Amino acid sequence: MTPRLPPPDSDLIERREILDAAALGRTLRRMALELGERIPPEGRPLYLVGVRTGGAYLAQRLCGLLAEAGEPTPLLGAVDISLYRDDVFRGLPKPEIGPTELPEPIDGRTVVLVDDVLFTGRTIRAAMDVLADYGRPRAVKLAALVDRGRRELPIQPDVVGVVVDTTAGESVRVMLSERGEGDRVVLRERRA
Amino acid sequence: MTGFAHRHLLGMESLSAAEIAMLLDLGDRFLEINERPIKKVPTLRGKTVINLFLEPSTRTRTSFEIAAKRLSADAVNISGSASSTVKGETLLDTARNLDAMAPDVVVVRHAQAGAAEMLAGRIRAGVVNAGDGAHEHPTQALLDCSTIRKHKGGLEGLDIVICGDIRHSRVARSNIWAFTKLGARVRIVAPRTLLAPGLEAMGTPGSVSIHERLEPALEGADVIMMLRIQKERIGGALFPNTREYSRYFGLNPRRLALAKPDAIVMHPGPINRGIEIDPAVADGPRAVILDQVARGVAVRMAVLYLLAGGDAGPSE
Repeated sequence: MTPRLPPPDSDLIERREILDAAALGRTLRRMALELGERIPPEGRPLYLVGVRTGGAYLAQRLCGLLAEAGEPTPLLGAVDISLYRDDVFRGLPKPEIGPTELPEPIDGRTVVLVDDVLFTGRTIRAAMDVLADYGRPRAVKLAALVDRGRRELPIQPDVVGVVVDTTAGESVRVMLSERGEGDRVVLRERRA
Repeated sequence: MTGFAHRHLLGMESLSAAEIAMLLDLGDRFLEINERPIKKVPTLRGKTVINLFLEPSTRTRTSFEIAAKRLSADAVNISGSASSTVKGETLLDTARNLDAMAPDVVVVRHAQAGAAEMLAGRIRAGVVNAGDGAHEHPTQALLDCSTIRKHKGGLEGLDIVICGDIRHSRVARSNIWAFTKLGARVRIVAPRTLLAPGLEAMGTPGSVSIHERLEPALEGADVIMMLRIQKERIGGALFPNTREYSRYFGLNPRRLALAKPDAIVMHPGPINRGIEIDPAVADGPRAVILDQVARGVAVRMAVLYLLAGGDAGPSE
């Protein structure tokens, strides 16, 4: 299997904007509401766990939005999946390994994994393995800001912000103010 | 991320300050795994690490074994008395035979300086030097730097005392390289018979000083590292007796008071209580000796991670 590496930024040109700052804000608010509606009361408080790095910021935002919507304040954690990747040594540069932070035990909780872009599903597979090493949640749900399709594993989101059809050569980039960029989601493709 | 362009870890001498810092950062990440309820990640699943220890070792061998297992690699241990070297096989022949079984990393400890480097060019597996004679013991230096970084924030500008049997100490040599590369000054303390030539030249000019008395060297020190008298390597009479050695070069509470009030006390082990270190100091609040051991597993995980994953080709 050849690794599917994101091409370097310099090789990518922006093809279109999927969400601007306002639309990103609206989308996250709707996702928070859907999470509140879809998860039965026995799953409270929710435990939002972001997949580093993009998902961790989104989990933080969803946490705030859920609290605003009158939900009991969710627990917040983050997982780093570098050491659980199935392609960790397949030609990838050695990844930056971030900390996994699950301040409260996940046993018996309803955990919502939060990721920015859902693509092959391999990241989520790895994130579920991380969770299994920490405990046995009551249930694990998946919230993704962008579902760009092209799954390689049987993994589907429970709550999704926006669905975009993409080709293999395209890539979706979520820019967040937490990373010093303006809030935006864009579709890019390799320079011809 | 800064790259690590080496296939082997043979010594601190050949590493840059940036590479050492990268290994330490990576080690800090692995520390957390050792605190988890399930202390294991699948990263090196299917990789094989052989610990070829042709000199006695408890701490280092166990530490490498645990590091490999926590990364899900298969670890195989071979010790001197159980190996074919006692039947007359050379180190190189032993290593070539092991290499034919396709391990990814061979961790080697040997009484001869240069043993790891000799193997590194001749077998396919990555080689980690876990101590070669009085030459180097790089993972010990990494765990020492990691411990100092945790307690002092960094090594830049620190005054670090290394006292004891410098002549036979690979720990001292690896640490002099590492400490000075990271910007610390090193004060070497030993009776003249246990010193070695050329130590000052290991660091940048002025960064390594030699002392034949412990008290003056302790003044204002940030870190004090005591080394064991390596009775097994000392052939002749290099000092009168251990009691006299202890009287002049042992670290006791009175001497410790000469160092900075927040100075930390380190020892690579094994400790000879009452000889180079007073039990009151070894078990006192300033000792970080067990911290060193805990960090040893993490830095060795970092080393195995980088070397066993070494087949990474160029990125597209």
